[in-house]
Amino acid sequence: MFVHYLTLGLRSLRRNPALTVLMVMSIGLGVAASMTTWSVFRAVSGNPIPDKSAQLFTPQVDNWGPQQNEKGEPPSALSYTDAMALMRAHQATQQTLLYPVQLSVLPGGNRSLPVAVNGYAVYGDFFPMFEVPFQYGSGWSTADDEGHAAVVVLSGEFNQKLFGGADSVGREVTLGGHDYRVVGVTRHWDPKPRFFALFGSGGFEDPADFYVAFTRALDLQIDTTGNNSCRGKLTATGWDDWLRSNCVWVTPWVELDSAVQVARYRQFLDGYAADQQRAGRFAWAPNVRLRNVMQWLDFNHVVPPESRISLMVSLGFFVICLINTIGLLLAKFMRRAAEIGVRRALGASRREIYKQYLMEAATVGVAGGVLGLLLTAAGISGTGLLFRPEIARLAHLDLSLVGLTLVVAILASVAAAFYPAWRAAQVQPAWQLKSN
Amino acid sequence: MMQIKPILAAMRHHRAGTVLIALQIALTLAIVCNALFIIQQRLAHLSEPTGIDEASLFVIHNQWAGQSSTPQIDAQIQTDLATMRQLPAVRDASPSNSYPLRGGGWDNFITLTPEQVQPTTDGSVYLGDEQTIDTLGVKLLAGRNFRADEVGRIGLREDVFPPVVIVTRALADRLYPDGSALGKPLYAMSPTPSTIIGIVDLLQRQGVSTWDTTYAYQSLLWPMRVAEPQGLYYIVRAKPGQLAAAMREVPKALNAQNRMRIIDPKDGELSFAQVRERAYDSDRGMAILMGIISAVLLAITAAGIVGLTSFWVGQRRKQIGIRRALGATRHDILSYFLTENLLIGGIGVVLGTLLAIGINLWMVTQFEMARLSLGYVVIGVIALLLLGQASVLTPALRASRVSPVEATRSV
Repeated sequence: MFVHYLTLGLRSLRRNPALTVLMVMSIGLGVAASMTTWSVFRAVSGNPIPDKSAQLFTPQVDNWGPQQNEKGEPPSALSYTDAMALMRAHQATQQTLLYPVQLSVLPGGNRSLPVAVNGYAVYGDFFPMFEVPFQYGSGWSTADDEGHAAVVVLSGEFNQKLFGGADSVGREVTLGGHDYRVVGVTRHWDPKPRFFALFGSGGFEDPADFYVAFTRALDLQIDTTGNNSCRGKLTATGWDDWLRSNCVWVTPWVELDSAVQVARYRQFLDGYAADQQRAGRFAWAPNVRLRNVMQWLDFNHVVPPESRISLMVSLGFFVICLINTIGLLLAKFMRRAAEIGVRRALGASRREIYKQYLMEAATVGVAGGVLGLLLTAAGISGTGLLFRPEIARLAHLDLSLVGLTLVVAILASVAAAFYPAWRAAQVQPAWQLKSN
Repeated sequence: MMQIKPILAAMRHHRAGTVLIALQIALTLAIVCNALFIIQQRLAHLSEPTGIDEASLFVIHNQWAGQSSTPQIDAQIQTDLATMRQLPAVRDASPSNSYPLRGGGWDNFITLTPEQVQPTTDGSVYLGDEQTIDTLGVKLLAGRNFRADEVGRIGLREDVFPPVVIVTRALADRLYPDGSALGKPLYAMSPTPSTIIGIVDLLQRQGVSTWDTTYAYQSLLWPMRVAEPQGLYYIVRAKPGQLAAAMREVPKALNAQNRMRIIDPKDGELSFAQVRERAYDSDRGMAILMGIISAVLLAITAAGIVGLTSFWVGQRRKQIGIRRALGATRHDILSYFLTENLLIGGIGVVLGTLLAIGINLWMVTQFEMARLSLGYVVIGVIALLLLGQASVLTPALRASRVSPVEATRSV
């Protein structure tokens, strides 16, 4: 019966080509608009580190006070003073401080033109905390952090440029005029959004080329390329003065493995701020936050409003397309009232009629899905026209999106057919036969 | 109008179809109104002037390779400036920390007294020299330009505050609304005052985000060369019509002068047209997307109305035939369908207006959007009613051509 209804459906679609084309286009356009914008939205709103996002936290400490903070919220990064205090207290399983840096490098030795490469100054815990995958070697140890070691971890791509992809562990590289020893080379690693470094970044930049030791970077006075935000009067006469100022620029991350540990860390943060108040450094009650990865992404509004608005408008568009399809299906089915009457008179049950017309709608859905898929592919290749390049390039057509497009198209068409098919099944055979 | 009663009766008979068309018109109106409004907002945003001579300007992001001291970097900057300024296609060049529309950067809170804790406002900070005003092509409205001897330098993490400052008219008016800014002090997070010696006309901020909108066009200029190890921006103004030539000459001349610098081949050199394109790419994208969706939506709604009305006409051929046989003119039949559509459209647009305003109010709370102006709703209502009438015309004309003979035929 299934195949029979399918062929009946196809035959009926051929009978009113204009109406069929209209329905297929409705479904296809609606699905394509939704899927194209969804492909962008899911890329920017995804969880960048699913298996650990609930264990990684970024502490915030209000060192500006109620008069100067951001509407009651502590600043989104730490001052050097507070960052180092948290690091020394060592209250978490693993912890790191970080800030973005940019250094020059001569990729082909002294005779080549210098290029700029981007990276982060981090602590050794950074690599296990964020599950950075390694191709060669590994990150560095706490002893290296404490010894201010001139160590560097290269990204696989940067290692390819510098050493042709060979195992470069133990070799020297000159960055920004200083030598570093390579201790590890990562595999491709580019969590999107880049949740761990959002202070001065939207979260969708090119992947990092290297990681150097935080303690060493400070010794060399390597400046941050991220944000630096200050309050009050600025009076620094140089680097060391600046470190002591209320300027915030360091991003801290801690790993806390259990609810107990989280609660204890919160207590510790409160205690730290209270100590600062007692010592006279803060003239206000403790105001601290401890947000995990997803809360942090949300707080920083990492999903661009454009992505959200366009997804919602597209869904609205899809709803209208569906209403349109309901109307057209109704017209199409009811036009065949006489035919239905004959079938009912010959013994077909309401159920059978219902099934037949739902089947016909499903064939519309399949055709709409295929059209939708083509349009989605076109739409995704055109996202560069609609979104910023760094966001547009995240959208891609993968197997799950192909599946979703087809399933949504078919389900939507069948759902749209419920009412028209029910109306068709209600046709009174006697009435239809009488008028003939 | 005498036809309204039978039309209402018929509509009751075709309740489902009526509801569907009305609903479709309502939703289309709601989305199209908001989409048009978004388009208008975005286009207005991206066509705001910067106040500088965009057609002849380009910027070079010059980064230093290796390590040097602040005086060494400052000396190199002055050599670079001399090199660029003598190029035949270059009118002027100046060093800066940033440029308008860069997408954020340095901005300072500003107070009127040194003790004040709550800032009066915020200013976007541009560093430059005595050539900056000419390079940018901004108009000096009052006061004077910097003198060469006033231009200092700023090294890594040094908070240096020059005693003189040039501000935009927007900032001057915000600080001293009575128009007396010239000669008055301001404190841009500085312990010492900077005296306003000049006021320039428009000069857009580095950022154009929602946050910046509150402080639009509030910029200040300080006479300092950025001698930080990170590097700086060279803003270059080409002679009229020689932008392309200047953009070719400048990097070549700089690299010939000293190659321990990095000018990224991808985006180290940008014409101001490129800067503008980057600054507003998401605005442009939204406008395009909303435009496409509105157009397709109107087309689909029109096609839906044609489809459903055609079905009704087909279904009622016999009744139409009877009416014609009883003396109704073609015009009567035509106006019957047009009026029916107008009634359904009327219900739709009333519903749609409420929905459009509701969606907008919700977006205001979610996306910091402005209130929908009622003009868009009025335009949308008229457009959708006309669209409905136009779509119904073909099937209605077909109905009007039904011959009275149909009444005598069985279906």
